Amino acid sequence: MAVTALGAGTARRPVVRLRKMEDERWLALALLAPTAILLGLFIAYPFAEGVMLSLSSARVGDPGKFVGLKNFFKLADDNIFWTSVWNTFWYTGVTTVFKLALGLWLAMLLNRHFRGKAIVRAFVLLPFIIPTVLSTFAWKWMFDPTFSVINWTLFKVGLISARINWLGDADLAMASIMVVNIWRGVPFFAISLLAGLQTISPELNEAAAIDGARPWNRFWYVTWPLLLPVTMVVMLFSVIQTFADFQLVYVMTGGGPANATHLFATYAYQIGIVSGLLSEGAAVSLAMFPFLFVIVVVQLLYIRRVETR
Amino acid sequence: MIEGAIWRRWVFSNLPLILFVVVLLFPFYWMIITTFRPDGELYRPWNAANNMPFWTNKPTLEHIYYLFEETNFARWMFNTMLIAAASTLISLFCGVLAGYALARLNFPWAGSLGTLIFITYLVPQTLLFIPLAEIIRDFRLGDTPWSLILTYPTFLIPFCTWLMMGYFKAIPKELEECARIDGASRLKAMIYIIIPVAVPGILSSGIIAFTLSWNEFIYALVFLSSPDQKTVAVGVTSELIRGDVFFWGSLMAGALLGSIPVAIVYSFFVEHYVSGLTGSVKG
Repeated sequence: MAVTALGAGTARRPVVRLRKMEDERWLALALLAPTAILLGLFIAYPFAEGVMLSLSSARVGDPGKFVGLKNFFKLADDNIFWTSVWNTFWYTGVTTVFKLALGLWLAMLLNRHFRGKAIVRAFVLLPFIIPTVLSTFAWKWMFDPTFSVINWTLFKVGLISARINWLGDADLAMASIMVVNIWRGVPFFAISLLAGLQTISPELNEAAAIDGARPWNRFWYVTWPLLLPVTMVVMLFSVIQTFADFQLVYVMTGGGPANATHLFATYAYQIGIVSGLLSEGAAVSLAMFPFLFVIVVVQLLYIRRVETR
Repeated sequence: MIEGAIWRRWVFSNLPLILFVVVLLFPFYWMIITTFRPDGELYRPWNAANNMPFWTNKPTLEHIYYLFEETNFARWMFNTMLIAAASTLISLFCGVLAGYALARLNFPWAGSLGTLIFITYLVPQTLLFIPLAEIIRDFRLGDTPWSLILTYPTFLIPFCTWLMMGYFKAIPKELEECARIDGASRLKAMIYIIIPVAVPGILSSGIIAFTLSWNEFIYALVFLSSPDQKTVAVGVTSELIRGDVFFWGSLMAGALLGSIPVAIVYSFFVEHYVSGLTGSVKG
């Protein structure tokens, strides 16, 4: 192949277009163009459009006119909006703590040699692979007020005598949604942290053990600091996905009972798509942006500090 | 690491691991058992005396028949498959080229472009779905597969680019330089030398992109409206629930069958999937 390329080059002059590709700047431009076009058209443009929309009075079938920050002032007086904000932070905070703790535990359990390890690892990751909406329906069915298998089990074990209406009570519904989110997120944490654990040389732990460090101290002073960079990146992705979550709440409760379990995204959908108030829905979505931005910047700065330490 | 008696190993390692696996897999077992249960057994109150939730003696295929005879399920599967495959291919194409450019070429703003792509990687779909729905309507793409084939790459490309950058950076520069010395052009060196070496990375990003687009929900929910255009997730959600009535048997059958293609792809490429996942985290 190289020979023919050379032969062709001397036989006839290379086309100008191809020569330009020898210049790294032109080649880079050509290689990045498809990505830039798609991302510009469907991320940058919608973002600008979203800002314009949130400053207008548009609804379905009515382009509306510029109204300034009116939609945002309206949100500031909206109780359901503040409930959604609180829910989002509470949901993200609680589930992240559990996902990290359980995921780390599972990663440590998997970080040994035992028979069937590859199969166990493949199965463990299943909740993360299977489409969220579909697996969440299985959970909704398990939490069904009348036919709940969870109630049946608790009843048989003797823990309850009356049924628990899992999705009918605001706090229980939120807790149920959190359980599903944790169930789906633990495998991701576990497998990523397992990869992190495997890069830590076992000699370090052995050396600490020879020096007399107890297992807990070995974890806290040797493993954990080395694992911290991977942990922070995993947390970054998980926090953003959880903060902007939609599917779980949409399927489990649809934001109910009585709008008590809305998150930013489900409330934006409720207002913008179901009620057709595009501008106000866009405002709810965009209200997520400053929070996300701060979370991302703080985490990225922290990651940089951890990595350069 | 674990020293001491066998019972210690069981209590501290094996039992918790078994518990984890059981809890993580139980919903899938529940999906399967519900799919094959007759309605008469499904709708027994939770405290009924004859309730036997974990097994059935009269397995039935009625829910699966219902899915194929009374709904457009086969069509939804086809739509989902088509959309996932097409958007994955587009994203791979863009991601491989962009990843190569960012990892290997010297040009102004290479660093800031890389950062920009990383930031778009972090933009959640729920931030933009309302204005995007407007744009899709303006482009007259609403209610067609194209609305998803063209928008899914927005979250797949950044991911693929990021992952491919890592793979390209790990390929020694000398490999390319040898080809260049032999007279290959930059473009040819990339196509014939570097990309073949990066095939494992391409496989990894392709598989993850495929599962991600199979999993996507909110765009599909908002952009598609007619029953025969829907994807599995949206179709199951909207057509198997009438008002307050859930057709649980068919719902679980739909969830089960809708998960199978992803599960098959995943089972064939577990190692690639895992290496892609952990590669994307290491960044």
